[in-house]
Amino acid sequence: MSIELRNVSKKFGEVTAVNKVSFAVKEGELIALLGPSGGGKTTVLRMIAGLEMPTSGDVFIRGQRVNDLSVQQRNIGFVFQSYALFKSMNVFRNIAFGLKIKKWKRADIQARIDELLTLFGLQGLEKRYPHQLSGGQRQRVAIARALAPKPSVLLLDEPFGAVDAKIRQELREWLVTLHHDLNVTTVFVTHDQEEAMEVSNRIVIFSRGVLEQVGAPREVYDQPANEFVARFIGVMNILEPEVRDGVARLGELEFPALGQPEGQKLRIGFRPYAVQISADLTQYRYHAVLRHTFFLGIMLRVELELPSGLVLRARMSKEEYAHEGLYDGREVSFQIRQYRVLARQEATLPPETDLSYQAPPVVGENI
Amino acid sequence: MGHVKKSRAAAVQQSQRGTEEPAFIKWTLITIALLFCFVFLLLPLVNVFAQAFSKGLGYYWESLVNPDAWAAIRLTIIVALVSVPLNVGFGLAAAWAVAKFEFRGKSLFITLIDLPFSVSPVVAGLMFVVLFGLQGFLGSWLDAHDIKIIFAVPGIILATMFITFPFVARELIPVMQATGTDQEQAALTLGANGLQTFWYVTLPSVKWGLIYGIILCNARAMGEFGAVAVVSGHITGQTETMPLRVEKLYNEYNAPAAFAVASLLALLALVTLGIKTWLEWHQAREFAKAQSLLPLGAERSSENASQTA
Repeated sequence: MSIELRNVSKKFGEVTAVNKVSFAVKEGELIALLGPSGGGKTTVLRMIAGLEMPTSGDVFIRGQRVNDLSVQQRNIGFVFQSYALFKSMNVFRNIAFGLKIKKWKRADIQARIDELLTLFGLQGLEKRYPHQLSGGQRQRVAIARALAPKPSVLLLDEPFGAVDAKIRQELREWLVTLHHDLNVTTVFVTHDQEEAMEVSNRIVIFSRGVLEQVGAPREVYDQPANEFVARFIGVMNILEPEVRDGVARLGELEFPALGQPEGQKLRIGFRPYAVQISADLTQYRYHAVLRHTFFLGIMLRVELELPSGLVLRARMSKEEYAHEGLYDGREVSFQIRQYRVLARQEATLPPETDLSYQAPPVVGENI
Repeated sequence: MGHVKKSRAAAVQQSQRGTEEPAFIKWTLITIALLFCFVFLLLPLVNVFAQAFSKGLGYYWESLVNPDAWAAIRLTIIVALVSVPLNVGFGLAAAWAVAKFEFRGKSLFITLIDLPFSVSPVVAGLMFVVLFGLQGFLGSWLDAHDIKIIFAVPGIILATMFITFPFVARELIPVMQATGTDQEQAALTLGANGLQTFWYVTLPSVKWGLIYGIILCNARAMGEFGAVAVVSGHITGQTETMPLRVEKLYNEYNAPAAFAVASLLALLALVTLGIKTWLEWHQAREFAKAQSLLPLGAERSSENASQTA
């Protein structure tokens, strides 16, 4: 294991920022710490770096317990959200800083920096000062500076937060390539689920200081551990049917619920792609009116309104839509191919007023 | 932001249009301002040099190399050489504490730093007399141990330090607050210890503010009259600084000699002003640079700060 956290907690005064978090990162992995702001992910990253000390629990880097080691002794590379380039030093001296502190020989420093400048496409910029660089260039200098002393892990705090949307996409692809080439264990913090899904091997999801789920992007999307994860990653229909006679019912919808106590409310979740729609009213069991169609590139999202007033979100390809001859206001039949019974985790659920929760990003749908 | 910039530009344009129309008002105001500047600032300054050289270059030179004048010059330099570095040390420590840490009583501390600015220098001098003078609080103890503070060089240095106390700290606090702690933290993650971080990262980033503070601090340390006058005792050749010497010579109706010494102080003021102007220009540029280094998503970084705080 490259990095391991065991039962790590962090309190700032009365506030528990991180609560008993345990997870492990394998050598060479690219891991995203994902969650809404205030989730404690940056604090976790800073505790791995040694910029913040855990209130309790242990942090291991390459099998060594590092709780008592200072930042300087941990051999980590850290990239700050603001990049924190030394503004009084040019690019060369910024990247060379860590090497000079570690007393590398002058020739070795020159060789290492030449290597990094080539790798990062920064040749010719050695003499420039941070204020003379573009946002993307600054980020590359910041990563080059962090990697120069050959750290055992690379930690990035919101690496794409400070650049505009267009460069962000380039930088993401570039980070994946860089990680592929260097194979250094990398942990980055993000609040953008799309970014986490696209870039990382595995995602660690936090909410309010609690670890909600660890898994590959596919895993957290297909098998969310709880409602928070389900709603934070992509779009999900969530219903609360009540159990009666072994069947959970809500309006006209029925879900088998054998063995569930009578009168209990289940939480049922299903992705929009699990809803199958047909223009043939005899094809599927349930009926609804196609209320609205949203165009999302090659995919479409439609809203179905059931006779009981319930609204469900479904997803289909343009071809399917055209083939079925659908349009807004048309009556359709549908079925729910698969669904999950969600674990109730009231304590970790953000309140209904939380914006990041009320309007789940739609982008995850394209996966 | 573009909106703010535009409206500001519009406001400037509007105010210019406002002064454009009645030309006679514009010229009257400019004339009054320039006249004031000439009568109250430039004329006295020219007069200082004119009076100093009124009895010729020889007499001017004589007045400066006179042993008493020379002793005053030496003492002034010694006082500055001791009090300025001490206040630089204090200023750095205070600015660091205020800009980089949160602690109880921080706002009280910032108010206290400004105290010397709001206290009359004479009162400041009297405070030291009350504390260290023969009739004072610690006076008998100091006398018993044969330590002389009041009417001696240590008293002059103490009074000067009190008066010049805020200059360096005041200049550094905003610069350090603007820089934040990110660069220092980055240096730590790259293996630098505290001293290396201070020397290679903190100091270069506050360099211009520091020099600015030192220049102002030095000018005041050499020019201070009130507080020093109270504690010095005016012992010619021993506890007389240049400003005190100027006053004494003037009271003895030796105007040319008084103005000769005064011309040195005026010269110091002019040099200080020159360096100050140059530094301000330089600092404005540095600030623009620092501003351009802020991340685009400024609101996000503040969000994060509250998360880690």
